[in-house]
Amino acid sequence: MNSIKKHDLATLGACAVLFAIVQTLLFVDFIGPFWELNIILILINVILSVSLNLINGYTGQFSIGHAGFLAVGAYTGAIITVKLGLPFELALVVGTLSSALLGFLIGLPTLRLNGDYLAIATLGLGEIIRICILNIEYVGGASGLMGIPRFTTFAWAFWITIFVIFVIKNFKNSAPGRCCLAIRENEIAAETMGIDTTKYKVMAFTIGAGFAGTAGVLFAHYFYIAHPASFTFMRSFDILTMVVLGGLGSMTGAITGAVLLTAISAALAEYPEWRMVIYSLTLIILMINRPQGLFGSKELSLKMFGLGGSHNGRATESK
Amino acid sequence: MDMGSFAQQFAQQLINGISLGSIYALIALGYTMIYGIIKLINFAHGDIYMLGAYMGFVATTMLGLSFVPALIFAMVAAGIAGIIIERVAYRPMRNAPRIAILITAIGVSFFLEYGMILIATPQPRTFPPIFEATIYKFYGLIVNSQQILILVISLVLMAGLTYIVNKTKVGKAMRAVSFDADAARLMGINIDRIISMTFALGSSLAAAAGVLVGVYYNSIDPLMGMMPGLKAFIAAVLGGIGIIPGAMLGGVIMGIVEAMVSGFFSSTFRDAAAFGILILILLYRPSGILGKNIKEKV
Repeated sequence: MNSIKKHDLATLGACAVLFAIVQTLLFVDFIGPFWELNIILILINVILSVSLNLINGYTGQFSIGHAGFLAVGAYTGAIITVKLGLPFELALVVGTLSSALLGFLIGLPTLRLNGDYLAIATLGLGEIIRICILNIEYVGGASGLMGIPRFTTFAWAFWITIFVIFVIKNFKNSAPGRCCLAIRENEIAAETMGIDTTKYKVMAFTIGAGFAGTAGVLFAHYFYIAHPASFTFMRSFDILTMVVLGGLGSMTGAITGAVLLTAISAALAEYPEWRMVIYSLTLIILMINRPQGLFGSKELSLKMFGLGGSHNGRATESK
Repeated sequence: MDMGSFAQQFAQQLINGISLGSIYALIALGYTMIYGIIKLINFAHGDIYMLGAYMGFVATTMLGLSFVPALIFAMVAAGIAGIIIERVAYRPMRNAPRIAILITAIGVSFFLEYGMILIATPQPRTFPPIFEATIYKFYGLIVNSQQILILVISLVLMAGLTYIVNKTKVGKAMRAVSFDADAARLMGINIDRIISMTFALGSSLAAAAGVLVGVYYNSIDPLMGMMPGLKAFIAAVLGGIGIIPGAMLGGVIMGIVEAMVSGFFSSTFRDAAAFGILILILLYRPSGILGKNIKEKV
């Protein structure tokens, strides 16, 4: 137990150092506004892919409606700050909770389905959420909710991302997390062992949806606007792609996938007409050559490179 | 609204719905055949439909073909495209996890969409009026000759497909592969060839739908396949995925519901209605209207 804490503290320290470096670089204007925007976007995408990984990777429930929860978080957060004039901190909390609540309500009936059917149902629900928002005049309808103040800073985005990663990592190692892994491996066997499969599936789905909501609040408060067109099923595909590319069921994989794809997309921004073509070709070639994702379901750690073997194999634990 | 005009409006939307629905049915057939044979939700299928529309455009404007040759040209071209896509992107992944193939399909979909934007610019193009619209009126109902054309062509193609699947040797092999691929292989069926054939057939049907939509709406653009592709997929699920008559039925039902929702409520809720149907059918009858419930064995 002690070693786990020590390891966590060491990671936290490393995060603090990374934060200090990037913050300093931002402060002295070494990183221009374009890359600052992309760093924030990377962090938001990391939250999204890590939270989707909890549902798709750890619990094995194939959900592709994540953009819907992102939208709920973005709009709820924006209502709190713009319409009600309340502080950003409250927007984060309410955005997360409302998204989680919706995830709970949606998860309860749909998680009875499995495989492709669940995928299609979540895809449909994500679109229904978007179309409903599109038809609500209070939040701007088709033209979107404008005039959102930019409260999201690098510090907010960074520490919330770290928080989400830690929560999900600890959830995975907790008793309910183990139940989720058991459901992924074999649902029928898990049920026979006395695991309440519905309960844990819905739990994972709710947590995942909630954190997608958090990402939504950050997103809306960085880009000044919450627009229905940002939350189409293409956005859900984007997030899913990050998770699968990194390796389904791997936390570091999800993070790498998010960083890599967002960075590729940003680096290609200079060639707008070629951007999506190269992006899609990269995707196809990577998937053909590594169908299990970059890391499979393994976690990336220093040990992989033969360095720092003092983690007692915790971080390299395979499924 | 009194009863008479309600009935008239209802009949009018029914006509519009059936013609829209036969388009969905044509696309849904490809989805259902491909799903039936390799259990892949081919997200690129909607973009094959777009490709077909552009091929029809090329055939009529650059090659100066008339309607039927242009339709055949588009179907053949899209069929070849389908074979190439399967060969290059899906065949290397035959044994990969299904989610990986799904991501590849999404990648192919992006590639077709943005590749087409690169070649043909994102601006919508006006489809040449190769089939004049004549308006027939009877009992106050308006029927466009193009709607009749859509219906007739769809019926002919569906009849052709039903014949191929049920009466020919290739069709028999397709059914065998979709029933049990390993057993089919043991019986000496060349699975790869049959899968290629399935992609060719499905893609050419989608291309026909693309040309028909081009003729009917006069406008095509590189992203036109996204929504209809998704809806046709819902239609396939609605009828029972993997079941060919189910796709036709599902397509027509989807078309009618959409036309009714736009006619009687608001067209902004049209898409929500489509997804609403999807959720309901998944919750209450996940195997679709014509599907059989198969118990999972432990």
